[in-house]
Amino acid sequence: MTSAIEVHDISKSFGENLVLDRLQLSVSQGEIFALLGPNGAGKTTTIEILTTLVLPDSGQALVKGYDVVQDSTQVKRRISVTGQSAAVDEVLTGYENLIMFGRLMGLRTPEAKDRARELLKQFDLDDAKNRRVATYSGGMRRRLDLALSIVRHPEILFLDEPTTGLDPRSRQDLWHLIRALAKGGTTIFLTTQYLEEADQLADRIAVLDHGRIVAIGSAGDLKKQVGDEYLEIRTRTGDICTTFPIDGSVASVQAALHSLDERFHHALVSIRRPTIDDVFLNLTSAPTNRQPTEHAQGEEQ
Amino acid sequence: MTTTASHSAMSVPARPNLVAEKVLIHRSLIRSIRDAESLLMAILLPVALMLVFTLVFGGAISAAGDYVDYVVPGIILTCAGFGASTTATFVANDMQRGIIKRLRTMPIRANAVLTGHVIASVARNLVATTVVIAVALIIGFKPQWSLVAWLGVLGLITLYILAITYLFAAIGLAAGSAEAASGYGFVLLFLPYLSSAFVPIETMPAWIQPIALHQPITPIIETIRSLLLGASEPVPAMTAVIWCIAILAGAMTWGAWLFRRKAPGRS
Repeated sequence: MTSAIEVHDISKSFGENLVLDRLQLSVSQGEIFALLGPNGAGKTTTIEILTTLVLPDSGQALVKGYDVVQDSTQVKRRISVTGQSAAVDEVLTGYENLIMFGRLMGLRTPEAKDRARELLKQFDLDDAKNRRVATYSGGMRRRLDLALSIVRHPEILFLDEPTTGLDPRSRQDLWHLIRALAKGGTTIFLTTQYLEEADQLADRIAVLDHGRIVAIGSAGDLKKQVGDEYLEIRTRTGDICTTFPIDGSVASVQAALHSLDERFHHALVSIRRPTIDDVFLNLTSAPTNRQPTEHAQGEEQ
Repeated sequence: MTTTASHSAMSVPARPNLVAEKVLIHRSLIRSIRDAESLLMAILLPVALMLVFTLVFGGAISAAGDYVDYVVPGIILTCAGFGASTTATFVANDMQRGIIKRLRTMPIRANAVLTGHVIASVARNLVATTVVIAVALIIGFKPQWSLVAWLGVLGLITLYILAITYLFAAIGLAAGSAEAASGYGFVLLFLPYLSSAFVPIETMPAWIQPIALHQPITPIIETIRSLLLGASEPVPAMTAVIWCIAILAGAMTWGAWLFRRKAPGRS
């Protein structure tokens, strides 16, 4: 399978601060790849290097086989980027924004108008098409931003934290749109700080920490590395009484609950999944002083 | 729904020439018309300023009532400064919002976005200048009517607006935020007051006179005044043009450098 993106030993510092440390990764054609990491892990810098905005200090990055430094124009012709802030013109309407970017991408005016109307429908912005973007909600702006990125179908779409700051409903809408794009054959490279987002969207997830990939694999692989789901029993005051490892099935939950006697009838039940915190605390090299977790206690049961 | 789901993702063809410039100039012009506040300010402020100077201060400055003849060039230049200063805000805003970043990831000349803002500013300011001159004529401005002189005035004013707008565009790139951009630009707006725009330099304190004499606004004002009223002394047209071109060249170089510095300038 051909690689859409290949990164070999990329390093980048800003002043004293080493942001990317001999980064290695490869993304296959047509895949949804998520770069997961906390703030400051180097996610945005990675995207900026791959989209020709920032020069690496050393190493090589290829996008569709073209070097991001030597052949930046070839790279630019094959990619689109949706950054963290919705890069849309507030004074123009949604329709005008789409026409403008269509024209910039080489469509003639009638083509750009047709494409704009098509995208407005597809992204559920038809009712708002003649309103200035300044009046749009956060979710609408992000949808418009995404629509602008695919005016001319890019081969690779980069999404830098596409849903940060959105309400759950808007986030779902955006995930839906991103999945549809991937189905159409677009390779998607996204960054996120939410495990759930990576989990929902990505075929493969790379965990980035201090400029290095500390784990890579499917969502399932990563969660296994941090531990399974578990059932937690707490008192009304929030103290944990006991936990049980479960595999997510009804049977495992039933078995766990059956083992509780009437002392626990007023206790609270919740299901815990590995969180982004767990992933980081477990995968990052710097050990933190997190003592054996509740999960470990669960295993004692 | 599936229209996007094209199975053959196509790559963008080579860009036809000057499309980016055309599209982004169009964008900035639409914005200028829609941004009612700025547009109103660009036109009303010069008129208001001129009325204040001629009707309110004019009597004290020149009892003969011909102050309007003296002050028109100064008003035009002062207001061109105000009008151009909004360019800094617009550019800083594009920077902050990520629009410039987005353009840079596209296979186009991203700095066409600056061209767009600059051309729109020149257009706005020329409209404002026309209105100022029209109002001046109504309240008694009596210029000489020579086509050559008026073409010279138009040329020099356009060149000045272009230069100062480009300078404000570069300030917008340097500032990082729209608020900071309008702050930095403010300093430039004082230059006309320290020139022969409103009162003759001979009437200023001795220590200010060299500053007033050797700053760009004074030769530009003097040239425009000579062209409009008929020259009574040697016209410093050459100095005026050289100042404008120097400012323009400096601002373009600075702007290009800033554009590169904010990202590796390859396109």
